[in-house]
Amino acid sequence: MTVTETKPPVAPTATEPASTVPPSRGSRFTGAAANYIDERTSISGLVKELGRKIFPDHWSFMLGEVALYSFVVILLSGTFLTFFFQPSMASVNYAGSYPPLKGLDMSAAYSSTLNISFDIRGGLLFRQIHHWAALLFIAAIGLHMLRVYFTGAFRKPRELNWVIGFVLFVLAMAEGFTGYSLPDDLLSGNGLRIIDGLIKGIPVVGTWISYLLFGGEFPGTKVVALFYSVHILLLPAILVAALGLHLLLMVVNKHTQFAGPGRTNENVVGVPILPTFAAKAGGFFFVVFGVIVLIASLFTINPIWTYGPYDPSPVSAGTQPDWYIGFADGMLRLIPPGWEIVWLNHTWSFNIIIVILVLPLFLGLVAFYPFIEGWITGDKREHHIAERPRNAPTRTAIGAAGVTFYAVLWAAASSDLMATHFQITIEGVIHVLQALFFLGPIIAFFVTKRICLGLQKKDHEIALHGFESGRIVRLPGGEYIEVHEQLDDYERWRLVSYNEYKPVMLRPDSKGRITAGERARAALSRWFFEDRISPVTTTDIERSAGHH
Amino acid sequence: MAKNTTARTSGTANRRGRRHPLATVALLVIGLLSTGGAYALFTGTASAAPATVHTQASTEEGKKLFAANCATCHGLSAQGVAGVAPSLYGVGAASVDFQVGTGRMPLANQGPQAEQKPVQFTNEQIASLAQYVASLAPGPGIPSSKYLQANGNSSTGAELFRINCAMCHNVAGAGGALTEGKFAPALSGVLPQHIYEAMVTGPQNMPVFNDKNLTPTQKADIITYLKYLDKNPSPGGFDLGNLGPVAEGLFIWIFGLGAVVGVTIWIAAKAN
Ligand code: HEC
Ligand code: HEC
Repeated sequence: MTVTETKPPVAPTATEPASTVPPSRGSRFTGAAANYIDERTSISGLVKELGRKIFPDHWSFMLGEVALYSFVVILLSGTFLTFFFQPSMASVNYAGSYPPLKGLDMSAAYSSTLNISFDIRGGLLFRQIHHWAALLFIAAIGLHMLRVYFTGAFRKPRELNWVIGFVLFVLAMAEGFTGYSLPDDLLSGNGLRIIDGLIKGIPVVGTWISYLLFGGEFPGTKVVALFYSVHILLLPAILVAALGLHLLLMVVNKHTQFAGPGRTNENVVGVPILPTFAAKAGGFFFVVFGVIVLIASLFTINPIWTYGPYDPSPVSAGTQPDWYIGFADGMLRLIPPGWEIVWLNHTWSFNIIIVILVLPLFLGLVAFYPFIEGWITGDKREHHIAERPRNAPTRTAIGAAGVTFYAVLWAAASSDLMATHFQITIEGVIHVLQALFFLGPIIAFFVTKRICLGLQKKDHEIALHGFESGRIVRLPGGEYIEVHEQLDDYERWRLVSYNEYKPVMLRPDSKGRITAGERARAALSRWFFEDRISPVTTTDIERSAGHH
Repeated sequence: MAKNTTARTSGTANRRGRRHPLATVALLVIGLLSTGGAYALFTGTASAAPATVHTQASTEEGKKLFAANCATCHGLSAQGVAGVAPSLYGVGAASVDFQVGTGRMPLANQGPQAEQKPVQFTNEQIASLAQYVASLAPGPGIPSSKYLQANGNSSTGAELFRINCAMCHNVAGAGGALTEGKFAPALSGVLPQHIYEAMVTGPQNMPVFNDKNLTPTQKADIITYLKYLDKNPSPGGFDLGNLGPVAEGLFIWIFGLGAVVGVTIWIAAKAN
């Protein structure tokens, strides 16, 4: 059951013919209730508008939903946890039921987390649901971003929504990190210590910021309470607001869709929200919820009881942050030792300064990519058709390079585990990753671009000449040819309907000058589009049809 | 479900193309089981105790065994061979019992550190070797069994373990990497006697924890804690090898997101 939605939306014309069957009591009641609410809120317009929103039915369009639903699970389980968690670093003596910690002094935060785990019915399950859902949330956001990126769904008019999505990603990471620090266990304390080191490495202001954050010398007695407010109040509030905006813009902009018969830049083909999609989405929410609960009930996550209470002296081997912070930890691990100089009576820790420069630069590129690409390509058109990655080889290659860069940093965060599990030296792992840090993205760029162009060529051939059928026929003249099977028009449409681009021309501006900025832009644009394969046109197809 | 199958027996033809509604669940369960199974295989390699042979342990016997198995490297009278193997004077019975009892000696090949192999000698033979080496010069002896009962104070033990051992062996005893390919092994399933001996002899890159660093009672507490971890599986379910956030991250990407994406593909395929 698919429906086509046109943009701009047309006013509803057809109305349901009034049913002749007298309504039952139940439906009379719902009708009256709906009427009551509508008369006071005029919500029916909104419901109609929203209800007609069309969802394309390609699976990759549901990744954002996965993120949304895991977020709901996080909110629900987190609320439960707040009933029992005590965000205080006051020292208490543990008298709960986990033997290897009995009688130890620890913070109230750690002890209450232990109580949630061992002494409150369902507490451990809720903790595990909350944490697994958080990991799934950010992973789903990541995959969703990759989908949007590689299909070019961030192009006009959706650039702003990409930025909002990016903000959501960063907020989610911040939520994750503050949450990870709350139990005040040894592992999270080690993680905080690394953050403290990062902050202290900022020239001039670092130490001040660190003292401000921890209320004195690390670890202080305030940070858990501070993080708690940030974790349960400040960040969620911003997150929910940004999420609302994100969804609103998505409704306003409508979904992109893959090219196909009947699918144009002016419409969206799919199922409407009401009733089909809403029912499906409701079901899908429970699937996501179910998967999370299943995982949470079978697999331990963050066993803080084995980590012990935080104490600044012990540091455990194999201390890692949760996966989404891994790239930052990995970057720290890749910096060669000894990059410190003393200058003007200050120690300048370039091993840290570089990290706090490179990572924001990388994230900044991700955040502003739509604008960067828009500027380079000079493309001001609206795009509602998701581009197949192969049809934008340079963008896809840039994406692959970015993914490789991230993956190298990510891998570096588990360098010690790679060393012990594959029985190689940790120095070897680090050196290989250091080389890949520079070479990996470059190699990924060129390989991906070649693959895209190759696939495009293949599509071009197929659109023009059809598939090789493997049937060899001997012509009366004695010549052998292989019969090609033609595509049907639907299939061909998928292959040929994409935009062609040309590099931006270098033109003098109104004052007759050519600025350096324009020069750079033209050069970048040439680089962006230098290798391209034009889509097959109708005349090409007709001409080649004459051949066969 | 049962109703479905009986009612639809005639309609199998049109059901062929469809996946069974439980297929995804089944897939999920298979995925979970196979990880669990693989994990169990990895960790389930229990160290089989060598069969006891009823001969008396004796220095004489030990000397013979030593000459046959160890002298090539350690020298005929255990005085050591420069560049090959160290002298064993003063290492004590504890060191021999640990090295041979965990299968590290006789050394197989020169790697970054002595690998653990299946134990090659019977308990009596190991005792003989230990007696012989101990007879050459005094050194730490076999620990008294009263420290090996794992009935000390596990919370003191846990705290001592975090302070003294976690930086190499990981806070959950899951092991960790050292430099140049050396590593601190995982500590699950190690016999109390070997834990004690490792502490007093400090094999290879491990420091020696003599009785002034850690009193015998404290060593017994550490053993109690490690045995507590062995005996009590994680209350949260499968522990993914106790490898912490890396294992958790991999798991959620491969199995969590994998399962969910599987469902999305299935739903979208149904829609068409
Ligand atoms: C292939 C050579 C080789 C053989 C055979 C060998 N060892 Fe060793 N052994 C070494 C080396 C090298 C070391 C030191 C480095 C290490 O511990 O890995 C060592 C260390 C030891 C130690 C630890 C010394 C200390 O400082 O605590 C003991 C005990 C020991 N060996 C006992 C034995 C016994 C008993 C045998 C015979 C069953 C044996 N070794 C066979 C090479 C060998
Ligand atoms: C500097 C790092 C380091 C510290 C600290 C350390 N160990 Fe070790 N440990 C090692 C290394 C390396 C080995 C492997 C030695 C070998 O293979 O011969 C080892 C081996 C062991 C073994 C033998 C494991 C087996 O599988 O046979 C035990 C038991 C052990 N350590 C217990 C401890 C305890 C208990 C402490 C704290 C009191 C401790 N270690 C502290 C590095 C360390």
